[in-house]
Amino acid sequence: MNHYSILRIAAKLLIPYILLYGLYVQFHGDFGPGGGFQAGVIFASGIILYGLVFGPEAARRVAPAGIVDRLIAVGVLVYAGTGVAGMLKGGQFLDYNVLAHDSTHGQHLGILLVELGVGITVSAVMVTIFFAFAARERTE
Amino acid sequence: MTEPIATRLIVILLLALLGWTEVTIARMRQLWAAVMLTGIFSFLGAGWMLILDAPDVAFTEAAVGAGIATFLMLATLGLTTREAKSPTAFKPLPLVVVIATGIVLVYGTLDMPHYGDRQAHIHTYPEPSYITKSNAEIQLPNIVTAILASYRGYDTLGETTVILTAGVGVILLLRNERRKPRDGVDPTAESTT
Repeated sequence: MNHYSILRIAAKLLIPYILLYGLYVQFHGDFGPGGGFQAGVIFASGIILYGLVFGPEAARRVAPAGIVDRLIAVGVLVYAGTGVAGMLKGGQFLDYNVLAHDSTHGQHLGILLVELGVGITVSAVMVTIFFAFAARERTE
Repeated sequence: MTEPIATRLIVILLLALLGWTEVTIARMRQLWAAVMLTGIFSFLGAGWMLILDAPDVAFTEAAVGAGIATFLMLATLGLTTREAKSPTAFKPLPLVVVIATGIVLVYGTLDMPHYGDRQAHIHTYPEPSYITKSNAEIQLPNIVTAILASYRGYDTLGETTVILTAGVGVILLLRNERRKPRDGVDPTAESTT
């Protein structure tokens, strides 16, 4: 799509705001609508838009397979790790009350961490699915 | 129900547009336009869920249904043709199956509680405690997040694992980067010997 300059410039203008909005939905999900799942999808759509306009090769340089593949697992590990951290601190699995000095702060911290895990896994999987489709060759 | 008349009009309009979009998609042979209409369908659905006071669900519908799903279908169209094959002949069996399924679904809704019913099952079981207790226990303005991430943390962990599994499945099934011949040997030739 090298010659569609309007598309390229519009995409370049939009992508930072899409990524920023993804982060906002991620970390503001405790207070407004949204959370890790929606944030992950929005963040991934920023990268996918880049891939659609500038080509999968350019997007692969932004999100290399080696990193994205690992991030899929990292998200689940962050989630489960938060649960294990609760066990190490003397509570039960996924008990956030013990994570901080008082139970409410512990809950806030735990929810923030597990939502972060969800967001990482979701956005990595969405980007992976896009590349899996985009990298395939056209079959008649 | 004591909704303002304007809200009712908007709901009727949205549902009518949803139905019209569905029929248009089903009748359409141009796949590009059909994909765009599925995105519009998701946006209309998201608008309707917003009226039902479910902003989190509306958000997800807009992000996943209108965003990612449209992207993925466009990417798929890039791999196949842009026109659907026109049906060869009228087949009665699919029509019967669709009508029967529709009747079953409508029959199922007859048992559902009315919209906004305080005595509905979800408001009385396990107990109406999530709304009252989360205010003291978790102190988050968004109770949906509090329930999903804390009270039902196991569910959400399972869901995240499902997404992980989906990602691993896609990598195993669709990724063809590893199938490139290594050291001049065609791997497909290896598998046949």
